[in-house]
Amino acid sequence: MSDTIKLHYTVSPDDFTRAGEASGDVKSKLKKMGVSPEAVRKVAIAMYEGEINMVIHADGGDIDVEISENDITMILADKGPGIADVEKAMQAGWSTAPDNIRSLGFGAGMGLPNMKKYSDDMKIDTELGVGTTVTMKVNM
Amino acid sequence: MTVNDIKNLLEAKILCGEEHIDREVHTACGSDMMSDVLAFVKDQSVLLTGLCNPQAIRTAEMMDIVCIVFVRGKMPDESMIELAEERGIVILSTSMRMFPACGILYTNGLRGGVDN
Repeated sequence: MSDTIKLHYTVSPDDFTRAGEASGDVKSKLKKMGVSPEAVRKVAIAMYEGEINMVIHADGGDIDVEISENDITMILADKGPGIADVEKAMQAGWSTAPDNIRSLGFGAGMGLPNMKKYSDDMKIDTELGVGTTVTMKVNM
Repeated sequence: MTVNDIKNLLEAKILCGEEHIDREVHTACGSDMMSDVLAFVKDQSVLLTGLCNPQAIRTAEMMDIVCIVFVRGKMPDESMIELAEERGIVILSTSMRMFPACGILYTNGLRGGVDN
């Protein structure tokens, strides 16, 4: 696989039932390409958490995935409220999610820590009132 | 043990994935919080949960979980069953509560797996 494969997804806002569609699609595509199960799993979990975050906090957004010979890059961009305190948001258990999200099985403050845990490299660009872009890389 | 053994031990109904009933499973986890399943679970093949929404199926999909057991008599709707069926995930539903359901499976040899 020498060429970079690019995939694009739009995450729809306020549709919690569909959150995970993009991640599931990437997962099955990577599997078909013969990417190692460990890398597939890391991408699937990191991206799924990101997708959930976009639905909970940011009225959806856009996800671009680039698959190259050496790594898989996921760029998750939203026009949400931005993250006020990135350091706090990275702490396991710290959450600003509303209570109704917890009854849906999320909002435990594990999203960003999980994304960091399952990606080999993660970068957060955020500006209050403008939006957040999270870039994650998983090595092949 | 097999998925079929779980079904019998928990007196559960099978809602989809009957073709996978003979699959071997060795480890399981129990949680209503999908964030925690994604954070702490590794290589488990069965998820016991009382959370009955599409994200339980999605979480199982991302984690390569082969069987979801809904406890406390929770019944998934058609769209959830369809989602699971497409992904080859077995869905069981038992009237047992979480603690006894986990206890019975543990006593019969299912384990918690490796912490990560």
